[in-house]
Amino acid sequence: MTDHKADEAAIRVEGLHKSFGELEVLKGIDVTVRPGEVVCVIGPSGSGKSTLLRCVNLLEEPTAGTVALSGTELTDPDVDIDRVRRRIGMVFQSFNLFPHLSVLDNLTIAQRRVLGRGKDEAERIGRANLRRVGVSEKESAYPAQLSGGQQQRVAIARALSMDPELMLFDEPTSALDPELVGDVLAVMRRLADEGMTMMVVTHEMSFAREVADRVVFMDGGVIVEEGPPSRVIGDPQHQRTRTFLSRVLDPAAADVTEDSAPPGR
Amino acid sequence: MPMSRRQRTRTVRGVQYGVLALVVAAMAFGANWGEIRRAFFDLDVAQALFPDIITTALVNTVVYTLLGFGFGLALGLVLALMRLSSVPPYRWLATGYIEFFRGVPALLVFIALGFGVPIAFQVVINQYVTVMLALGLVGAAYMAETIRAGIQAVPKGQVEAARSLGMSQGRAMRSIVIPQAFRIVLPPLTNELILLTKDSSLVYLLGLSLGQYELAKFGRDALNENRSLTPILVAGLCYLIITLPLGHLVRRLEARTAKAR
Repeated sequence: MTDHKADEAAIRVEGLHKSFGELEVLKGIDVTVRPGEVVCVIGPSGSGKSTLLRCVNLLEEPTAGTVALSGTELTDPDVDIDRVRRRIGMVFQSFNLFPHLSVLDNLTIAQRRVLGRGKDEAERIGRANLRRVGVSEKESAYPAQLSGGQQQRVAIARALSMDPELMLFDEPTSALDPELVGDVLAVMRRLADEGMTMMVVTHEMSFAREVADRVVFMDGGVIVEEGPPSRVIGDPQHQRTRTFLSRVLDPAAADVTEDSAPPGR
Repeated sequence: MPMSRRQRTRTVRGVQYGVLALVVAAMAFGANWGEIRRAFFDLDVAQALFPDIITTALVNTVVYTLLGFGFGLALGLVLALMRLSSVPPYRWLATGYIEFFRGVPALLVFIALGFGVPIAFQVVINQYVTVMLALGLVGAAYMAETIRAGIQAVPKGQVEAARSLGMSQGRAMRSIVIPQAFRIVLPPLTNELILLTKDSSLVYLLGLSLGQYELAKFGRDALNENRSLTPILVAGLCYLIITLPLGHLVRRLEARTAKAR
């Protein structure tokens, strides 16, 4: 991947803007993810962090700016986006498994239809990835028969079956019952240990603190601060970061006086 | 003294049953039972209808319906995809087609196709092809709207998941969206099949040879021959042989869909 003038970044986002009609959600984002790095994106809801992630594989079309993947510019209008997307695994908050297909077929359909792998090879790779996420006994079940945690792990296995260079996670545990979150995080942690390049939008601060190489805090469509978790989470420099973290880490202590419409304004 | 809610419900229900009983009694006494039996339940006439009413008429009705349904389903799918297309002329064309064929009586379509097209293009079209086209053209307009609704009922996340795995728009449509859409629209599509079964009675407009008679035409011919309405009753029962199981199927499919959600 060094033929593109030694661009070492797995993902390089530059000057990214995204508007939905009048609403400007991303107001100039620059972020780089190096190969093997785990970057967690945190921030209040509506801060644009999910939109940023969705711009990285062009599920959302950026209004301005560039996104490059190991030197390949995705935002080039002549790029074959389907080809590029094969290299990026994506995991959604709501799993988005294909309900009409069995678990194994969920893992093989894109391998066969997109990569052109044969049935046997696709199933072998699919089973290997199911073992990797610990749901191999469910290969003939349908998604509706699985718990949320199992569904999300199958979704991760589905993305991994395409042998992606990097994985995007869009709030992968937000739709899960609290007792199921751990299983999914454990799978993601192992993936990180194996050296997978990962960009993770999450509210799980303990995961960000322990697994991330770098944490990006976003608010209002801009990156407020970024750095190692020990700094951004452990010792935030900005007031907005501190306010957000205190609300997330200790929700019971939230002070609502600011929101309760002070009289005379 | 004011009635309680329970008493009121009972009184209202009692009145309803009373009215119903009165209507039934009036019809029972007012009708000429002898005439009704002669006109509708002439066993000799009924017997003479068999086995042709089954081996020819019923079979033809099923064949015509399936021909029309198959063609209509294929065309309906194309129209549905056109309606959802990002290319404006496709949308206009599909919308125009659907509005036209939904708004025009099937009877006129049959006549136009059966007589107009051969004259306009100086061609002789096979009778079965004409039937397939006529029934299918009308059915496609309704099925297109049903299928479009089904495609739109598939959550957006399904396409996003498919695209993020590298599938093209068309591949995602074929492998992910359409199979799910058809599951959703299976009950209304079966209803469409029932409607087409009855619309197939219009085939007589095309002029049929004896071997091509379907149920309605067969019944009407027998009616003229025998001066008895019995063939109409028997033909009606034959339609029910087709449509009642389909109706049952619709309810089962709907129950299955309800459970899957």
